[in-house]
Amino acid sequence: MVLSVFPVSLSYNSMFISILITIGIVAGIGGFLALLLVIAESTLANYGECTITINEKKELKVKGGSSLLNILNNNKIFLSSACGGRGSCGFCKCKVIEGGGPLLPTETPFLDEDEKKNNIRLACQVKVKQDIKIEISTGIFAVHEFTGTVTKIKDLTHDIKELTIEITNPKNIDFKAGQYVQFVAPRYERSRQSVTRAYSISSSPEQKDLIKLIIKKVPDGLCTTYIHEYLKEGDTVSFTGPFGDFIIKDTQNDMIFIAGGSGKAPIISMLEYLNTHNSKRRLVYFFGARTKKDLYLTELFEKLEKELKDFAYVPILSRPEESSEWKGKTGYIMPYLKDFIADPTKTEAYLCGSPGMIDAVTKELHELKISDDNIFYDSFS
Amino acid sequence: MEISVFILFMAAVFTSNILLTNFLGMCSYLSVSKQVESSIGLGLAVFFVMTCTTALNYAVYYFILVPLDLIYLQYIIFIIVIAAFVQLTEMVIERFSPVLYYSLGIFLPLITVNCAILGVSLFMIIRNYTFIQSVAFGAGSGIGWMLAILALAGIRERVNEKFIPIGLRGAALSLIITGIMALGFIGFSGIAVIQ
Repeated sequence: MVLSVFPVSLSYNSMFISILITIGIVAGIGGFLALLLVIAESTLANYGECTITINEKKELKVKGGSSLLNILNNNKIFLSSACGGRGSCGFCKCKVIEGGGPLLPTETPFLDEDEKKNNIRLACQVKVKQDIKIEISTGIFAVHEFTGTVTKIKDLTHDIKELTIEITNPKNIDFKAGQYVQFVAPRYERSRQSVTRAYSISSSPEQKDLIKLIIKKVPDGLCTTYIHEYLKEGDTVSFTGPFGDFIIKDTQNDMIFIAGGSGKAPIISMLEYLNTHNSKRRLVYFFGARTKKDLYLTELFEKLEKELKDFAYVPILSRPEESSEWKGKTGYIMPYLKDFIADPTKTEAYLCGSPGMIDAVTKELHELKISDDNIFYDSFS
Repeated sequence: MEISVFILFMAAVFTSNILLTNFLGMCSYLSVSKQVESSIGLGLAVFFVMTCTTALNYAVYYFILVPLDLIYLQYIIFIIVIAAFVQLTEMVIERFSPVLYYSLGIFLPLITVNCAILGVSLFMIIRNYTFIQSVAFGAGSGIGWMLAILALAGIRERVNEKFIPIGLRGAALSLIITGIMALGFIGFSGIAVIQ
C-alpha cells in the first residue's frame, strides 16, 4: 500500500521520512482526540466535590461522578445489592430527597406508585452529580464487611449443608433474628469472577461471635457449588451484613412459621431468639418437604418444643414413600393452617421460600382473613 | 457532482437508503429491532452521530489527509474520529440529560461499530460530495436508517404476536422482511439516482 503511493524513483531516505510523517499524523490525530477526551473527562464528567447528607445528620464529602451505591459502599455504608449495581435486582432502594435527578427508565420496573411518589430510587442508578440528600434505614449503619473462618461444615440432608463461621474481623456481629448476610464466593474453577449471594443466618442473635448458614445446593449454582464442593473447614471467608427486614414483630400475637428447604434458617434463628427470651406466644412451624430424607434438624425442634411454652413443629410430607412408615401429616401445608388460627387479627405469619410458594401461601392466608400487615416473608430470588 | 442538496437528502432517505440498498449496519439493525421504542432510540443516536461524523470526517479528509497525501489512511482515521466522537457525545449527554442518556446510552457504544456510519463517510469521498452535500447525505442516511429499523421493529412487534414456524423465528424472518422491504424501496429508485 505504501509503495504504491510513492514513485519508485524516490530514494529510501525520503520513503523513510514519509513513513515517519504517516505515523506522526496518525499518532497526532489519535493523540489530539485522546487529549480532547481527557479534557472532556476532567471538565464534563467532573462533578467536583459533592456532599451526601444522610438522614439529615451524617454528611459525606465525596468526589461526584459515580453511582450513589458505589460511593456509599466506598464509605462503608453497605446498601444491599445482589446484582452488583447493574440495575437488575432492585434491592438497593433508598429515599433520595433532593438532588437525585429525574427518575430513569431503568428504575421504573422496580418501583411501585407509592415508592415513586415517595422519591424512592435505586441507588445504583442514581449518579451523584451535585449535593444530594438521602434517607436510609438506620439498620444499614450496622452493616459491615466481615471475615471469618469456617469451623464446621455439616451435612443436614443429601443436598443441604450447614456452615458454621467463626467471625474474626470485626469480632462481633449484631443482627436481628431473620436477617441475612451476603456471602462472597471467590473466583474458582467454575466461576471466573467472585459472586455474592444472600443467605439467612440460622444461629441465634445472642451468639455474636459466630454465624451459621444453611445452604441448599442449587444445580449449577455458582455460589452453592462453591460452598458444597470446594469450601473446606478452616477456610477463610468474607461476607457483608446483616441485611433485611424479615424480623419478628414485637407483639404478643400468635405466630405461624412456614418454610421449606433451606428456608428453615431464619425460622430457627427466630425460634432460638424467642426461646432465650422466654416467649409466651403461641407458635407453630409448618415445614413442607417431599420425602422423609428432606427432613433435618428434627432433634433441635424437639428440644425447642420442650423448652418453649407453646410451640409445635409440624413437618408435612408431600410424597412420603410407602416404605418409610411416615406417621405424620401428608400433602400440602394449606389445609392445616386453619386449625391453628384462633383469631386472624391476632395471628402473624412468617414465610420463607420460593416466590411461588409465598404467593400461594399468602393467597390462602388472605382467605383465612389474615391481613397483609401481619404477613411477613423472605423470598428466594 | 451536481446534485441539489435537497434531492441528495431525499435520495439518501428513500431511493438509496443505506440499509435497504447497501445493506450496511445490519448487526444492530437486526438485534435492536424487537421493540419500536428502543429502535427509535437507536435510530436517533445513529442519525445524530452520522450527521456529525460525516462533517468531521469531511474536514479531516480534505484538510489533513489530502494535503499530506495520506488518503490511504482514511479507514483508520475515520474510525478513530467516529469512536472519539461517540465517546464525547456520551459524556455530553450524560451530563446534560440523564434521561436521554439512559434511554440512548446503551446504544451509543454500539454505534461505534455500526458500519453504516463508516460507510457514509466513505461514500462521501468516493462520490466527491461537497461539504454541504456530505452533511445532507449523512443526515439523510441517518434518517433513512432510522426509518428502516423503525419499519422492521413495527412489523416484528406485530408478527411476534402470531405463530411463527420454528425455522423462521428470529433473524431468519427479520432478513426475509428486510428483503421484501428492500424490494419495496426499489420502487423509489426511478425518482432519483445518486450512486
